[in-house]
Amino acid sequence: MSSSKGASTAVWFVLTRLTRDRSALLGFALIVALLLAALLAPVLSTHPDDVFELHPSERLRAPSRAHWLGTDRMGADVYSRLLFGARITILIGVIAVGASLIVGVPVGLVAGYYHGWVSDLLMRVSDVFLAVPQVVLAIAIAQTLGPSLPNVILALSATYWPWFARVAYAETRSIQKEVFVESTAALGASPWRLTALHVLPNIASPIIVRASIGMGFTILTAAALGFLGLGPPPPTPEWGRTIAESREFLPDAWWYATAPGLAIFLTVMGFNLLGDGLRDVLDPRLRRTHTARDE
Amino acid sequence: MRLLALALHRLAWFVPTLLGLLLVTFVISRVIPADPVALVAGETATPAQVEALRRQLGFDRPLPVQFADYVARLARGDMGTSIFTRRPIAEDLAHRLPATIELTLAAMVVSVLVGIPLGVLSALWRNSLLDHALRVATVSGLAIASFWLGIMLQLLFAMRLGWTPLNGRLQGFPPRSITGFYLLDAVLTGDWPTFGGALLHLALPAATLAFPALATLVRFTRAGVLDVMQSNFVLYERAMGLPRFVIVWKYILRSALTSTVTQVGLLFGILLAGAVVTEAVFDWPGIGTYAVNSILRSDYNAVMGFTVWAGAIFIVVNLLVDVTHTLVDPRERVS
Repeated sequence: MSSSKGASTAVWFVLTRLTRDRSALLGFALIVALLLAALLAPVLSTHPDDVFELHPSERLRAPSRAHWLGTDRMGADVYSRLLFGARITILIGVIAVGASLIVGVPVGLVAGYYHGWVSDLLMRVSDVFLAVPQVVLAIAIAQTLGPSLPNVILALSATYWPWFARVAYAETRSIQKEVFVESTAALGASPWRLTALHVLPNIASPIIVRASIGMGFTILTAAALGFLGLGPPPPTPEWGRTIAESREFLPDAWWYATAPGLAIFLTVMGFNLLGDGLRDVLDPRLRRTHTARDE
Repeated sequence: MRLLALALHRLAWFVPTLLGLLLVTFVISRVIPADPVALVAGETATPAQVEALRRQLGFDRPLPVQFADYVARLARGDMGTSIFTRRPIAEDLAHRLPATIELTLAAMVVSVLVGIPLGVLSALWRNSLLDHALRVATVSGLAIASFWLGIMLQLLFAMRLGWTPLNGRLQGFPPRSITGFYLLDAVLTGDWPTFGGALLHLALPAATLAFPALATLVRFTRAGVLDVMQSNFVLYERAMGLPRFVIVWKYILRSALTSTVTQVGLLFGILLAGAVVTEAVFDWPGIGTYAVNSILRSDYNAVMGFTVWAGAIFIVVNLLVDVTHTLVDPRERVS
C-alpha cells in the first residue's frame, strides 16, 4: 500500500476533492499568494532597499502612486516591508510547526503504541503544556532567551509540539485494535517497522489537518509575541512589531497600522480555510459543520 | 457517592499538573538561562550585586534543592519582589486580578448572549444570507489578530467617532471597593455615573476579546443544532405533524444546548489567554498589562510570576469545568 502509485492516486484524490470546495480553494490561493510574495519580494517590491534604509524626509506619507501603502516612521515603503515580512512569517511558521511535528508525532506514536509508565509520563508532560495557554509559556521562554528570530521559533516549537503528540497518541490508540495492525504484529514485524510503515501512514490525515490549522495558529501567536516586543528586533520587518510601532502615529497614519494587520489576517485565513477543507476531505468523521444536506 | 469519587479523582490530577507547570517554569527560569541571577537582578546591577543576590536567593545550591525551595516559596505565595514596583509580585498580581476577571467575564457574557442565538439562527436558516454572512464572520473571527482588531476598533470608535474612551478602566475615581469589580461596586454603592463610565470603558476591550470566542461559539452551536435536527427523534416529531416552533423550542434547543453549555466553560480559559494581549492594547490595568510592562522593563521575576499565576488560574478553571461537566452530563458518569 505504500507504493508510489498508491500515494500519488491518494494525492490526486485529495486535490480533486479540494478543488470542488470553494473556501478551501480560496485558502489555497491565499497561501500561494503569500509564498509568491515571499519568494519574489525583491522583484515585487517598489522600494526593495527600504528594509534597512532611512528616508526621514519621506516620513509617514499617505498611500500614493509612489508608495502604494504609504510610508512608515522611518520613511520606508510599507508595501515593500510587508513583502519582506512575509518571508519572516513563513520562516517562523514552517520551522516552528515542522519542529513541533518532528518532536510531537514520535512522542505520540511511542506513547500510543506502548502501554506503561513511559507512555503515562510522556502524555502527562504534554498535558501540562496543553493545560496552559500557549502564549503564556511562549512569553516566558521568549523573555528568558531574549528577543530574536531563532528564539521566537524555539518558544513556539517548545509550546506547540504537545498538540501533535496528543493527536498522534489518540489516533495510534484508536487503530491499535484494528485487524491489520494485529496481524502485522503477528507476522513478526518489529515495533519500529509496525509504527513507521503501518501505523503512521494511517494516522497521517488528522496530523496533516492539525499542521495546516497549526500554521495559522502559530503565525497568530508569533505576531502577538512580535507585538509585545518579544519578536525579532528592528529593523526586521516583522508584521506584529510593525503594528506595535505604528500605534503612536494613529489616527493620522491609519495605513501604517492597517496594512500589516490585513496581511496577518489573510495569511491565517488561508491556512484555516485550507485546514477546514482538508479535514472535510481527509477525515469524514469530523465533518460536522458541513453535513450532507449542506451542499 | 460515585459522583463524589469522580470529582475527587479529577481533583487528584490537579496537584501533579500544577507541579508539572512549576517544573516547566523552573526549567525556563533557572536551567535555560546562562546566568539566571543576572536576569533577576536586571540590566543595571553590578557584578558584586549579582553575586550577593545569588547567595541571598540560594541560586548557588544544587538544582533539586532549588526546585524544592522554589515550590515551597510559591506555596507560601512568595514570588519575589518586582525590581520596578519594589513590591511583592504576588501582591501586585492579586491587586490587578479583579480587572482581568471583570474583562474576561464581560467578554464571556457578550459571546454567549450573541454567539448562541446567532448559531441557532444560522442552523435553522441554513444557507440563508444570514448563514453565509455568519460563516464569513466566524472564519474571520478565528483568523484576526486580536491586538490588531483592538487597534482598529480604537481607531474607529475612540479616535474618529469619539463614542468611547481610548483606553483605561475608568476616568476619575473608582467606586468604593467592595468586590474590586468596578461595575458591581458601582451598582452596590448606587453610583450610576461611574457605572456608565465603567461600561463605556469596557465596551471596546470586551468586544475585542469576545470576537474569537464568539466565532467559536457560533460554529459550535450551529453544528450542534444541525446534528440534532437530523436525528431520528426530530424526524419522528416532524412526521407526527408537530408545529415547527414546538419542535425547535421544546426538543431541538434543549438537546443541542446542553453540549454547548459545557463548551462555554472551556471558553473562559481561552478568553483569559486572550486577555493578556487585549489588555496591552487598551492599557487595561489587569495582570496582562502587568506582564507586558514587565517584559518592556526586563523585570524578569515579574514575568515569571505572571506565568505561574496565569498557568495556575488556567489549570483551576479547567478543573472546575471538568468537575461541573462530570456532575451535569450523565454520560460522563458511565465512562
